[in-house]
Formats: sequence, C-alpha cells, structure tokens
Amino acid sequence: MIIKNNRFAALAVMALVASLGLAGCGSDDSSTASGDGGGGGGDATTVTFLPKNLGNPYFDTSDAGGEKAVKEFGGTYAEVGPDAAGPDAQVSFIDTAAQQGVDALVISANDPKALCDSINAARDAGTKVVTFDSDTDPSCRDLFINQATAEGIANVEVDMIAEQIGDAGEIAILSAAANATNQNAWIETMKATLEADHPDIKLVDVVYGDDDDQKSFDATAALLADHPDLKGIISPTTVGIAAAARYLSTSDAKGKVALTGLGTPNQMRDYVEDGTVTEFALWNPGDLGYLAAYAAKALVDGDITGKEGDSFTAGDLGDFTVGADATVLLGEPFRFNKDNIADFNF
Amino acid sequence: MTDLRVEPSQQSRSARMLGTLLRSRELSIAIVLVLIVLAATARRSTFVFSGDGWRDTLLAPSILLLLAIGQMVVIVTRNVDLSVGSTLGATAYVTGKIFIANPETNVVLVFLAGLLVGAALGAVNGLLVAFFRVPALVVTLGTMYIFRGVLTNQIGNDRIVAGDIPANFEKLGTQQILTIPVLTLIGLLVLAIVGYYLHTARGGRELYAIGSDPDAAKLYGLNVGKRVFAAFVLCGALAGLAGVFSVARYATAFAGTGRDLELQAVAAVVIGGVAIFGGSGSVWGAAIGAFLLVTINRALPILGISDFWQGAVVGGLIIGSIVLDRVLMLRRTHQLVEARDTTGTP
Repeated sequence: MIIKNNRFAALAVMALVASLGLAGCGSDDSSTASGDGGGGGGDATTVTFLPKNLGNPYFDTSDAGGEKAVKEFGGTYAEVGPDAAGPDAQVSFIDTAAQQGVDALVISANDPKALCDSINAARDAGTKVVTFDSDTDPSCRDLFINQATAEGIANVEVDMIAEQIGDAGEIAILSAAANATNQNAWIETMKATLEADHPDIKLVDVVYGDDDDQKSFDATAALLADHPDLKGIISPTTVGIAAAARYLSTSDAKGKVALTGLGTPNQMRDYVEDGTVTEFALWNPGDLGYLAAYAAKALVDGDITGKEGDSFTAGDLGDFTVGADATVLLGEPFRFNKDNIADFNF
Repeated sequence: MTDLRVEPSQQSRSARMLGTLLRSRELSIAIVLVLIVLAATARRSTFVFSGDGWRDTLLAPSILLLLAIGQMVVIVTRNVDLSVGSTLGATAYVTGKIFIANPETNVVLVFLAGLLVGAALGAVNGLLVAFFRVPALVVTLGTMYIFRGVLTNQIGNDRIVAGDIPANFEKLGTQQILTIPVLTLIGLLVLAIVGYYLHTARGGRELYAIGSDPDAAKLYGLNVGKRVFAAFVLCGALAGLAGVFSVARYATAFAGTGRDLELQAVAAVVIGGVAIFGGSGSVWGAAIGAFLLVTINRALPILGISDFWQGAVVGGLIIGSIVLDRVLMLRRTHQLVEARDTTGTP
C-alpha cells in the first residue's frame, strides 16, 4: 500500500514538473516575439530576421548587418526568434510573420525539414523567404545565402598556414568528429590543394577532438609530442582551434608552431593578442546578414526570382549572381588578425 | 585443543606487509601505468623529459583524479554517482560567471564557491538516495540529465571564453611549484586527506561496512543514511572543485563541459580495484586508475595506436580488471575454504 502511494506521488510530481516545464517554455517563446514589422501593405519593404535563437552573439552580429542594409534601402526591419535553438522552435514565428504579411523573412533554419510546411504556407501568403547561415530543403525557400563553399574554406586555411610557416614543413590537422561531414569534405580538398600547390608542406597527421575542449586540448598535446618537427596546425572547427590555442599558449611550442583554422573572434581574441595565433578565418556574419537583407529586397522588388544567373546589387558589397539551386555565395572567408579582431564581437 | 589460527599470523609483520603489497591491486595497476609511461618515453623522450611533457603527465589527470576520489567514496558504500560530469559543468559555468561579474574575485573564494555549489548538488543526490531510498543509479542518472538540462537552458549557445577569465586564474592552470603543477598538488592533498580518513577514521571504516552489507550495517546500529548522505556531498563537492580546475586548465566552459566524465570516473575507480558493489578497494587505487586512464589516452597516439582504438583499450582494461577481481576472489574463497577444512577438522 505504501509503495503504491509513493509511486502515485512520484508520478504526480513528475507530471507536475513536466507541466511546469512545458508552461515555462510556452511563455518564454511568446514573450520574445518583438515585432515592429507588421503590415506589409505600406511602401517600405518589411524584412523580418529569424535567427536560430536570440541572445547568440553570432546572430546578433549577422542581424545587425541585416538591419544596416534594411535601413540603407529604407525598409522596415524586425527581429524575432526563440530563446533556445530547437528543430521546431521557429515554426510559430514563421506563422506569425506570415499572418502579419511581412514582405520578406530571413531565416537561419534550425532544421532542414521541420520548417518546410510553415515556410511554404508563408510563401503562399506572398512572403519571400531567404535562408542564410543554415539552409532548409532547397524546395521550400526562395534563396539561400551561402557563407562559404568547401573550396573557399579549404583554400583559405591552406593559404594561411602556407603564409605562416613559409610554405614548407610538417603540418597536422585537428578536426572535429571523425565522421563530421563538413570537416571531412574540407580536409579532402585541403589534401588535394596541398599536393598540387604546396609540395614542400607535408601533412603528417589528422587527429580528432570531437568538438570537445578537453579531447581537442589533449590531442594538441599529443600532436606536439609525437611530431617534434611540426611547423603548423590547421583546425577547421571553432572548438578545436580554441582548445589548441589554449594549449599552445601555455606550452614551449608557443610561437614555434603556427595555428590557424576556423574560429570566432571572441574565442580567439586572447590568443591573437598574446601572439599564439597570427591569423584565422571565418565568414563575417555581419556581411552575411547584410547580403541576405539585400537579396530579400531584390526578391520582393521582383529584380530576381532565384533563377540561376539572376544578378543584383547588395549595397557596399557589390554585385552578386545567383548560382545553382537558388544559392548566392557571400565570397571568400574573412580573415581575422591583430589589426581587425577588435572590430568584432561574436 | 583445536588450533583455529590460520596461516598469516605465523608470518613476521614485515613479511605480511610485503605480501599484502605484492598481492595488492594498487601495485599491479601502478606497474601497468609505469610500463605505459616507459613505452611512450622510449618512443618519444619528450613524453616525460621535456617541460611540457613532465607538466602534462602530472597535470592532465588532476581533474579526473578529483572525480575518481569522490566517486570511490560513493562506490565503496555500494552506490554510484553518475551526475558528477554535470556537476562539473555547472560549477565550471558558475566559476566563469563569477569572473565575468567581478574579474578581481579572490581565487580562494572561487574555489570555495565551486566546492559549495558542488556540495549542494551532491546533497540533492544524497537526500534522494539516503533518505528517500531511491537506488543511486536511478537518482543520479536523473540528476545527471536534470543538472545538464538546467545548465543548457541557462547557457544556450553561449560559452565562457578565455577573454572572460582573468590572467592570474588562467595562469594557475599551468603554474608549478618545484615542477609539480599546483592543481595536481591540490588533488594529491585531497587524496591524502580522504585516504587517511577512509583508512583510519571511524566514519571511513563505517563507509566500508555499509558497502559490504548495508543490512548488517543497519542492524549493527550504524547511521547508514547519514554516512551515505555525507559520501554524496563529498563526491559533489569534489566534482565542484574539479569544475573550477577545468576552467583554470581549459579557460573555457560551455553547456557540454564535463559530459561523459562521469563514466571515466567510474572507469577509473573500477580499474583501480574498487569493487563496484562496494565494501572493498582503496582510494589510492582509484587515484592510480585515474592517472592510468588519462595517461593511456595521452600515450596511445604516441605509440602509434589510432584514436579509434583508445576507447577499446580502456574498455579492455575495465573488463580485465573485473575478470581479475573475480579470479582473485574465487581463489581467495578457495583458500579460505581450504584453510577452514584443514584447521577445522580435529
């Protein structure tokens, strides 16, 4: 009897906790919907940005770029989004934007498939949908603004390491998980480029840090111990490069072994300032948002339809042409170094 | 008159101690540890004989060392704490937050805060296990997810980066006194205190008694609830301390900090010869187990064994330890039965 009661109590508590949790989520979501972009009937183009989640410095930067562009062309800018990134967290915001009749919706998709129904409903209602940073299924958006291609990323990393080690010597790669699709594609391209254009650089090892600080850190230590003649490390993952920089900055190899790859300015700032890292790359999220806003404007105005070969002008960034699969490429990755890192906060 | 005395009492004291030492699990895994270090050093002398190598050999295990000490104290009472990884993540985040709020914070206060937060989370486990009689495996599996969930909700995509951590605290992560890293010294001090307490103090011996036979301990009049509660609080506090260590060493914290470390802690304890069903083993063994696990992960790449086999090697060690335990126990039982049969019959 007692056991039964306990079990009942436990179930009741669990149900209570669950309902509180759900209620909490619901109220959180609706409270963050800040919208001054209603009413698509006016002259000004209304553009609503929907990042993966709010309070994320990366999207703060990209959406600030978008706001700048929208101001430039005299449109009305708004930003809405969930507190935390989840596959379907963006659905209610897409529905709301469609009901408000905004002219264009600029989305970084949390899930390639889960948003498609909502997006298609919005497009049927006349809203143009541009994805940036993270794409949905190509069939359910008008345009995707691609931050960088695999070739672009691989080439900038090879160029940077070649510049930093004088185009000769042993290098190694510290990657994310061994089965990470992006990283593996980049590594293959890097290998091909190294072989073709940099015969004196020898790639001696590829190790995996699983995007885990500790593992990446220990893997860096092992690389340095195992290859006494190592000249440089490429880490095409933001977690890996930060962990490697942390290890290098406290090691005897600081200044002797070059480190480059993909990183964010906030994670790398200390290491660039103390001389552990000379230069690393990533796209500029501000430019990405800026381009996405201009692309949305071009779609709304009917200047482009998303067909391959369509071209439009994006303010200061110049002219862009739509590629295959209704994709626009931002360009070469952006290089961060001592001279410009202070300008970025993400 | 029947002579009821068995063999050992007829040996000299020093012979007995030597025998115990030679048969001890601690010695056998210490030998394995030394062999691994020797093999790695033979291949690359820098593994130990270089500034970085010597430091890393001692420093890298310091975090797992703390977790293993705490875990051992819990396991010896026939419980387990799977939430230590999440606790570590939580205190790492709190540590970062304290420094963001006030970069001038005294380092000692930060260590105390880590201990306190960890102890509080440990008390939650202890309360549920000791006083509500829920199996520890279930409770701590639950709190592992709850702590991690709350943490992820708090942090989201945010992370504590090197720029948030004051330089003097970052330096602590690699600081050495007489070439011994400070973090390792603190870990060894904790080890000495806990080891001494478990070996000599009444409370320590009661923990073993509880693990050997909880019912008998209760019948004997031991305050099982109080002791088990205290064990969980200690384990949580040490995990909290490990969280502070983690920030000092890696200069970063994010929602995933410490994930999977709970299993490594259990593995270190089991490899160290502590019976998973409680009642036997020593904290020295657990500590050597922690050093062994971390050192294996550092040494395998140098020995030319790929990353992918590291997990398998650790798994083999765990199963090997259990099998060895089983064999030794059977042999011991056999010997005791034999001794009883020879001395017991008139």
